[in-house]
Amino acid sequence: MLGYPLWKKIGVVIVCLAALLFSAPNLFYAQVEASNDAVAAGQEGDWPDYLPSDLVNLGLDLRGGAHLLVEVQVEDVYQDRMDGIWPEALRVLREQRDAVGTVRQVDTERGELLLRIGEPSGQQTAIEALRELAQPITTLTGIGSTDIEVSAEGTDLIRIRLSDAEKSATDDRTVAQSVEIVRRRIDESGTREPTIQRQGDDRILIQVPGVGSSQEVLDLIGTTAKLGFHHVVSATTDENARAGAGNLLLPSVDEPGSYYIVERRAIVSGDQLVDAQSTFDQNNNAAVSFRFNAQGARIFGDHTAENVGNLFAIVLDDEVVSAPRIQSYIPGGSGIITGRFTTQETANLSILLRAGALPAELVVLEQRTIGPELGADSIEAGRLATMVAFVAVLVFMGLSYGLFGLFANVALILNVAMIFAILSVVGATLTLPGIAGIVLTVGMAVDANVLIFERIREELKSGKGPARAIQLGYDKAFTAILDANITTFIAAVILFVIGSGPVRGFSVTLGVGIVTSVFAALLITRLLIVTWFDLRRPKTIEV
Amino acid sequence: MRLKLVPETTKLNFFRFQKVTFGLSAIAVVASIVLFAVVGLNYGIDFRGGSVIMTETPGPVATQEYRDLLGELEVGDATVSELRDPAAELTGAAQYSALIRIEQQDDEDAIQNDTVQMVVNALQERFEGLTILSTESVGAKVSGELVQDGILGVSLAVVAVLFYIWLRFEWQFALGAVAALVHDVILTIGVFSLIGLEFNLSIIAAILTIVGYSLNDTVVVFDRVRENLRRYKKMTLKDLLNLSLNETLSRTVMTSLTTLIALSALYVLGGEVIRGFTFAMIWGVVVGTYSSVFVASPILLRLDVKRDWSKEGDGPTEGPRKGNSKYAHIDA
Repeated sequence: MLGYPLWKKIGVVIVCLAALLFSAPNLFYAQVEASNDAVAAGQEGDWPDYLPSDLVNLGLDLRGGAHLLVEVQVEDVYQDRMDGIWPEALRVLREQRDAVGTVRQVDTERGELLLRIGEPSGQQTAIEALRELAQPITTLTGIGSTDIEVSAEGTDLIRIRLSDAEKSATDDRTVAQSVEIVRRRIDESGTREPTIQRQGDDRILIQVPGVGSSQEVLDLIGTTAKLGFHHVVSATTDENARAGAGNLLLPSVDEPGSYYIVERRAIVSGDQLVDAQSTFDQNNNAAVSFRFNAQGARIFGDHTAENVGNLFAIVLDDEVVSAPRIQSYIPGGSGIITGRFTTQETANLSILLRAGALPAELVVLEQRTIGPELGADSIEAGRLATMVAFVAVLVFMGLSYGLFGLFANVALILNVAMIFAILSVVGATLTLPGIAGIVLTVGMAVDANVLIFERIREELKSGKGPARAIQLGYDKAFTAILDANITTFIAAVILFVIGSGPVRGFSVTLGVGIVTSVFAALLITRLLIVTWFDLRRPKTIEV
Repeated sequence: MRLKLVPETTKLNFFRFQKVTFGLSAIAVVASIVLFAVVGLNYGIDFRGGSVIMTETPGPVATQEYRDLLGELEVGDATVSELRDPAAELTGAAQYSALIRIEQQDDEDAIQNDTVQMVVNALQERFEGLTILSTESVGAKVSGELVQDGILGVSLAVVAVLFYIWLRFEWQFALGAVAALVHDVILTIGVFSLIGLEFNLSIIAAILTIVGYSLNDTVVVFDRVRENLRRYKKMTLKDLLNLSLNETLSRTVMTSLTTLIALSALYVLGGEVIRGFTFAMIWGVVVGTYSSVFVASPILLRLDVKRDWSKEGDGPTEGPRKGNSKYAHIDA
């Protein structure tokens, strides 16, 4: 009689039952988690598989773990590109030797190449020849431009740099590659459920649950692990020695105080590796064995054939690990790196080499590590606070509105069940502020009911019959409920968009809580009241 | 037997002390701005950069020894404070814990990870049984962005809400609601400047929630005003606002109380980590409730409102409007 169609009743009951069913696993959190782990590992879990097994993800602030925001130094890659262009440029200009004369590299900013030619009159010829090297860019945004720009400077200088379009394309590749490598490194170390996400143009967000110190993660991801085999120009003990353009002065790891001047361009680099394993050399010292791919093996073989008697340097992250003399032609492309390594270091190094070198350095912008103790404390505190808040609000509503208060309380319990069910099913993350959001929802969720009940009271006071009063109470409170909740929802959405981490967790529970509490007040409480009214048909009601 | 906080019918005149309440609000807003300008906020590392290490020890915290150790390590500006959690025994949280805060040395983008590691190692070496509960470091680049995002977020929320209310009501309502909102936000910043509580990212979240809550309250009152405007076409705006406020008073008190009950539980039992956040929220609920009654409504009264809601779209009807604005002028 109060206008609550049967299909609506059935729908609401189904939603409530589903909410209870899908939120239930969270009551047995440890058991379900263990069971899920077992299933993931291919074993039999002890949580029945006909029941839902989705859990609310606990945020790092509750579970403990490390959160790192790192920035990829994308400019590092520009220099590598220039090192690659230099021999090409030299080849092209040698073909024009008559017009251009000699060609030398001049020191300039990182990421650019500055050449001095012997014949100023040939500057234009040289520029035209060098422009032949430019490749058109194939990305969508870079259509019509080429990867390098060649320009004249002074009378006898030529500057080569990457075009802006190429830079942005390169940046994109560098970050994507870095994300992939960070992921491989963390996966290889066997950590549980890490999150590795690209953020913005040049950042990576790394979240690793369960680690006690962010240093552990940093040791793994912070190392560039850039391996290269370089031609040694000379050895020195002078740390201020001039390396000369196109060369680098690098310290030796083994012998402090001794330095090598090596060609900047590597003969073969770590990205040509197909395998690396920790092993021992013939003197039983820890070492890392490696194997190149076919191309790397051929280049390395050719180099050794041409340079018998010369030194080559094995360079890891700008330090010379060792600088052996080439005794003879080395075919096959495999070998070992020896140095003063511990077995732990060789184990780590081989992981890093296998996962690949980071194309650029990572700078840590933000670090947050929550110990497991603090997380457990927070869960305990959050749980207790939620319980107390919950019970207090239930009692208060019961005292204020009697039977109708009890209806509202049932709706409130279902409301919290719905929040947990939704968070579990969509895989949202519950953080400590998120728990606060739930507590706030518990406090505010009754608002819609209060609005309705107060309205019913008013209608009763103005002499309306019970059924009419209930009907009018719902109708008239509707706009207020809608407007009030939409404004709060706007705030939650904005928080979600600008917030990160725990704050975002808060906005999620707040937003979900608003939706479920409107549902609970408008449909669940109403269902209860209508059903009660139809059964009892009271002549008068007290709200 | 019902618990009735507000009598069945109230006939309070909310505008009786209008000058006093409005004046008080104005003074509080000015005082907050002055406090913010002179004293300033105690920004957390989220906004200032730097590092925080939270420790737990089996016995009382030897703050002076911590300070001495930090001095020996030469980490620059550092502060040590003991955290006391009165509810710790109930919740089983850390009872003896301390916060060590190390300032960012320069405007580096990168965090000072080496410094933090050095301090952590030294602490663990020096003090038996010391556990590191958490470490957090934020570099200058991120902290700068977080400041920007925070300001942007709060402004965006205010504008979005202004627009929504303008859409659903009239521009006068929107202005009244937003005035109340800005009042609440400024007072929150004022109280944080006054008591020097740490202002961090979660406080921004709290402020945005306050924005939502304060509006929730104001909108409910306005909704009733809108309804009464349609019903009582002859009533003066002042009486009409008073009537609406009285009619919704019981709801205002009930909702504020349930919310406060829930938040108080969280404040006492929720642990140290979110205490500042909960405090901001409690404060926000109190001032938000106050402002929807004593700031938003007087402004609405001052601005006057279009009366003829029933004939929306029929074009302005000259007669009643004139009369109403006359009433409003008399009232003001």
